[in-house]
Amino acid sequence: MIDLIRKQRYLIDFTLSSLLRRKGKNLGLLLVYTLIVFMLASIMLFTHALRQEAGMVLQSAPEIILQRMVAGRHALVPADYLEKMGSLRGVTDKKGRLWGYFYDPTVKANYTMMVDEARGLTAMEVVIGAGIARAKGIGIGDYISFRAYDGDAFSFQVKEIINPVTELVSSDLVLMSERAYRATFGVPDGYFTDIVLKVRNPREVRKIAEKLSMRLPDTRPILREEILRTYDSIFSWRQGIVFVLLAGAILAFVIFAWDKASGLSAEEKREIGILKAVGWETADVLRMKFWEGAVISLSAFILGYLSAYAHVFYGSATLFEPVLKGWAVLYPEFQLTPFIDGLQVATLFFFTVFPYIVATIIPIWKASITDPDAVMR
Amino acid sequence: MLIELTDIKKAFNQGKPNEFWAIRGVSLRIEQHKVTCLKGSSGSGKTTLLSMIGCLSRPTSGRITLGERRLSGLPERFLTDIRRHTFGFIFQKFNLIQGMSVLENVMLPAYPLGLNYTRLTKDAYRLLDHFNLTSKAENPVEWLSGGEAQRVAICRALINDPEMLIADEPTANLDTRLSEEFMGLIDELRRSGKTVLITSHDPVVFDSPVVDRVIEMCDGLLVER
Repeated sequence: MIDLIRKQRYLIDFTLSSLLRRKGKNLGLLLVYTLIVFMLASIMLFTHALRQEAGMVLQSAPEIILQRMVAGRHALVPADYLEKMGSLRGVTDKKGRLWGYFYDPTVKANYTMMVDEARGLTAMEVVIGAGIARAKGIGIGDYISFRAYDGDAFSFQVKEIINPVTELVSSDLVLMSERAYRATFGVPDGYFTDIVLKVRNPREVRKIAEKLSMRLPDTRPILREEILRTYDSIFSWRQGIVFVLLAGAILAFVIFAWDKASGLSAEEKREIGILKAVGWETADVLRMKFWEGAVISLSAFILGYLSAYAHVFYGSATLFEPVLKGWAVLYPEFQLTPFIDGLQVATLFFFTVFPYIVATIIPIWKASITDPDAVMR
Repeated sequence: MLIELTDIKKAFNQGKPNEFWAIRGVSLRIEQHKVTCLKGSSGSGKTTLLSMIGCLSRPTSGRITLGERRLSGLPERFLTDIRRHTFGFIFQKFNLIQGMSVLENVMLPAYPLGLNYTRLTKDAYRLLDHFNLTSKAENPVEWLSGGEAQRVAICRALINDPEMLIADEPTANLDTRLSEEFMGLIDELRRSGKTVLITSHDPVVFDSPVVDRVIEMCDGLLVER
């Protein structure tokens, strides 16, 4: 057993000195390999963390949103729908919501306007998202103006800026009082944008949605789990786009690695011949080359993954931000909470380290099963 | 151990249009503790025969025995084991691994044995010391002169303490003075009880008093003297 361990140590020792002998070539390979792992891991970590983040933020969202439809389009809901839907077992709370979008030509961005009565805002006060504060260069106590539906301009004092922790979904948000909202958008009293319902037991959500559709046939219930699923597919779709863009780079790496691995140089072949002639077994040569492949690919994997981690969670994924975060003008600035998915790490490992080791071993195996007397010629 | 060859034949590219029989029926006994020289012009088949004796390749037909053991027909693993413990090789172009130090080159054949590192280094230094190479131990082999590289190759051949030393055209890249020096080292090895088998077409080797027996080869056959 001790001999076996010592033997492996000698093989690793020889491998490391072999790698050092071809410093330039191996460093170049390590660099390209690390870069590929870095890019793939960055995308994986980023989209995964975004998904988790969105999921966490939506956890506190209502289970059901009820929208009224007129001719297939979303329309205002009369307040009496709250009574018309009657009492539904399992619903703990139901209320009308007022929200909409406002285009601000000065910063060429859309804001999400929403009524939040819980904050006790007066008709002259608003709370804004951090993205808007950055874009307009305003802070607490400053004034922000919105042009109302009838052409009048209303100024509001910024009472608060929303906590940046939720910036992923609150970057472009403006919270205001009901009075201010109705005056700005011309929504008459007795109407809401939609109705939200809170349901305690998640298993009852679908049944309640069914009942709502029956009792109020001109409405459409939207479930929270559907929103989550939509987010999920949007992020997956974007991840896919980046992967396609990266496919060229990955292909180039595959060709590079394959060429490096399969095209054993005359010098390497001669070395294998010498090792066999002086008493190394085919298995020893294979083991040594396995260690060589393992050292390069594992180093590249670890280096690439760690830099991707730093890039995503400490550098806000600067390289992929625009395509992965979305099309909004007011990009959120936020620190993602690190989420690592074991399966994802395993997948990346399998698709980067494993093929490389195999690609290195096959040609070596071919070279090492030939008779060692070639070195005598 | 006595080595015996019986009707050894070796073909390259067998069954193909460029089939070539390098050895066409050789029977031979190689004595223990003696220096034997296979002499012959280039293409006479001496290197091919040497590589079969040293378990570097197998004969197409015929039988090779080492002591009581029949070598021809053994699987590769066993051949490697015999090669590692029984034979030490000195090649025509020395075949040292470039970029590695003299010491590492010498220790290379012992790596798969998993020996104690301190012991192995001590053995390697003892050999290097014996062949006046201690001061070069840490140098890369490409810094060595022809004679020094030759001596490093001898050290490497001896690291596993083999019974038999096999040298293929060892003086081909050396001048006369270094060739004579090399034969002096071979004499020393013979005295220490090693069996030595050399191929050469250099008169410094086959005319040397160190050589006990000269076997001449021509076109894959032995030339009877």
